[in-house]
Amino acid sequence: MRRSFEEDALLEALLKGDERIFTELVEGWSGTMLRVALSHLDSRAVAEEVVQEAWLIVLRDLRRFECRSALRTWVLGVVINLARSRARAERRSLPMPADAVGPVVEGARFRPAGAARWSQHWAVGPVHWPAPEEELLAGEAREVILAAIRGLSPSQREVLVLRDLEGLTATETCNVLGLTDTNQRVLLHRARSRVRNALERHFEATEVT
Amino acid sequence: MNVDDLPELPCRELVELVTDYLEDRLSPRDRARFEAHIAECEYCDTYLEQMRQTIRALGRLPEESLAPEARDALLSAYGNWSRR
Repeated sequence: MRRSFEEDALLEALLKGDERIFTELVEGWSGTMLRVALSHLDSRAVAEEVVQEAWLIVLRDLRRFECRSALRTWVLGVVINLARSRARAERRSLPMPADAVGPVVEGARFRPAGAARWSQHWAVGPVHWPAPEEELLAGEAREVILAAIRGLSPSQREVLVLRDLEGLTATETCNVLGLTDTNQRVLLHRARSRVRNALERHFEATEVT
Repeated sequence: MNVDDLPELPCRELVELVTDYLEDRLSPRDRARFEAHIAECEYCDTYLEQMRQTIRALGRLPEESLAPEARDALLSAYGNWSRR
């Protein structure tokens, strides 16, 4: 990845000991780093430790940073590696969600293949969602979204966090996580679909009849 | 490309392609099939809109931030580092 002019200036300021720039970076990037750490770790306290440790590693290696990647990509890569190894060390025997294969919408929702008419079309269409989109951010629906994110596999969660929560590009996400573009999209699609399904189940259950 | 000549995209396959569609990674042929289907199928149109709503909602979750003490500890670590 080519570095921008700003990135050069940023690195130079950091190496010179510009505290204002360092504060800006810590404030600007630590939220993303924390979410990345939380995609592997249940404990917020442990995740915060991992973020601090990541910054200390960044400082340790900054003078040797060779700019083969963008600075933020490198910093996020450091935190992801720490969080992954910390999770391995703690190895809670979490059952891996069995959703790595199979359709994103259960097959029973569709008419069978080879049906005389409308083969493989919706048999039971999507449940209607409440009209004002603000509902999606209101208390209960937000909890549903957060629970759905917690229910994802760590590799799906990493991608969802970087792409949809933090708004990184596909390219930067692939660089941070060491994924191919195709893999990244498959993980993202499964993750998004699972969150949508959780919202659908929620609205179905709360639908006023 | 005449969409009418292309094989129809069933709903069951369309739901698997939503992210590829939103990321603009479908071939021109599949994109045409996708859009032709959406224009005709209210269910899939709703499904696509719900995926978009989901993505927007994910982007609007409250941000995380590091505790102030942790931030201060990092600033002082940086001060020590730059004086070395």
